[in-house]
Amino acid sequence: MQPAVSIDHLVKQFDPAGFGGAWRRALGRPLKDPIVALDAINVQVQRGEVYGIVGSNGSGKSTLARVVATLLLPDSGSVQVFGHDVVREARTVRRFMNRVSVEASFFKKLSPLENLTFTGRIYGLPAGEAHQQIFEILKRLDIEEKAIRRPMDQMSRGQQQKVAVARALLTSPVLLILDEPTTGLDPRSKREVQDFVREVRDTHDATVILMTHDMDEAEQLCNRLAVIEKGRILVEDKPSALRREGETLEDAFIRLTGHAVEVHEPDEGADGGGG
Amino acid sequence: MVPLRREVSASYAFVERNFRAVRRYWGWEVVFLFHSIVSALTVAYIAPGGVVVAGQQFDADRLILFLVVGTVVWAYLDSVFDSVAFMVSWERWEGTIESTFMAPIRRVTFIAGSSAFAVLYSFARAVVILVVVALFFNLDLAAANWVGAFAVLAIGSLGLLGIGIMSAALPLLFLERGSQMTVVVQASLLLVSGVYYPVEVLPDWLEWFSVISPATYVLNAMRAAVLDGVTLVDLLPHFGPLLLITAVTMPLGVWVFGWAERYALRHGRLKRSG
Repeated sequence: MQPAVSIDHLVKQFDPAGFGGAWRRALGRPLKDPIVALDAINVQVQRGEVYGIVGSNGSGKSTLARVVATLLLPDSGSVQVFGHDVVREARTVRRFMNRVSVEASFFKKLSPLENLTFTGRIYGLPAGEAHQQIFEILKRLDIEEKAIRRPMDQMSRGQQQKVAVARALLTSPVLLILDEPTTGLDPRSKREVQDFVREVRDTHDATVILMTHDMDEAEQLCNRLAVIEKGRILVEDKPSALRREGETLEDAFIRLTGHAVEVHEPDEGADGGGG
Repeated sequence: MVPLRREVSASYAFVERNFRAVRRYWGWEVVFLFHSIVSALTVAYIAPGGVVVAGQQFDADRLILFLVVGTVVWAYLDSVFDSVAFMVSWERWEGTIESTFMAPIRRVTFIAGSSAFAVLYSFARAVVILVVVALFFNLDLAAANWVGAFAVLAIGSLGLLGIGIMSAALPLLFLERGSQMTVVVQASLLLVSGVYYPVEVLPDWLEWFSVISPATYVLNAMRAAVLDGVTLVDLLPHFGPLLLITAVTMPLGVWVFGWAERYALRHGRLKRSG
């Protein structure tokens, strides 16, 4: 069976000098070393699977999420989503994929209804259908009806993040990329978002890639896990198989990487890719 | 046909969303509008002031009208340019740039929606400014050819949109300085286009730049239509350079934007981090 996501020898580096690099090259000055964000990554995610990628800030999680989400071009290697290349067929891939990032990115002065109506339109949903779905999804996420019409900047971060999940679901993605969706949330909001991910996993025909540094979350939600460190996948297996007897997943992470998970939330890092 | 309708609907989404944002930021809108009206009045008062300073009589009413057309048309063109040139910066400032660029729409749909908003929003502002300024100076606009003036604005907007789209690409290339560079383009257009004076008063080397600014032709044609009531047929020669500039800047703008987007996607510069 064709995998949902197939990543083959993916490499991504960042030039820290940016446009200045071109000047330096032209003037024959020494160039700064590129930052290797992803170093020959190979991953296969099966349909219907919740595939977790765990790592510290700066390990390459968000860069990987962005390449799969068509927001970054790889230097070499390939990424295919349901058989479609993310570079050559970006618009096709975008049709059946959505991403929730660590920051709930909305027009904050607009209400959830206004923001989601916009999403419905740009994804080609008929207005009436979109309106109905928006109310259904937001109610399922326990967003009060009066809050649906209030500016988003009057909502808590947890609520905003739930609206971000709702936005992704409104587009009925068959691939959902969750890039640290619960980072910085209070325990209750975190649990609600996690419950919703479970619901998506159980009731929708969706494949989920979950980037996280929350080991409990990874263990609870993911069918398989990859540990990423300095842009390389160190190991990939079922959560239970990664742990040795008596170990927690966090212990296993420390054993594999040599350090505990470092978290600077809710920052996405400095490479334009980040964590 | 269905994909086209879908793209048009997606384009409308940007118009609708941006107008909703304007409504939510109404306090700022009132302040900006007040500022624009006061600026227009300040410029228009230069004409009667000039009579006093020069100590001799000249046709101050015509000069007032000359300045009012300049200031109102510039308020419109400046706002169109501003809204288009800052479309990327706006998405980035709100934090929505990645979700917008990840949507399954053509990039030209995003550009078209942002441009349509820019034209409608700027036109509404310009009308308000013109009405208020006209009330202050009791302007005689009976001879004006409004159909011609509207046609000039419509065609003139296109050429400026092309330059605005190119400027919008700058923040994709330069995270920090891109927005500042668009202000430089804006200020340069103001200097060379004859907004408050005929371009003939500029030094020769500077006057040359007025030839490539679409604002120059828009202002000349608007003054002909509003001050002299020139007919639509007689305005046609003004449209030639505008259409030529549009034919160059519009496709070039879209191409530059696409190139800049690919640069941003390759170098991780879509979203400003940190």
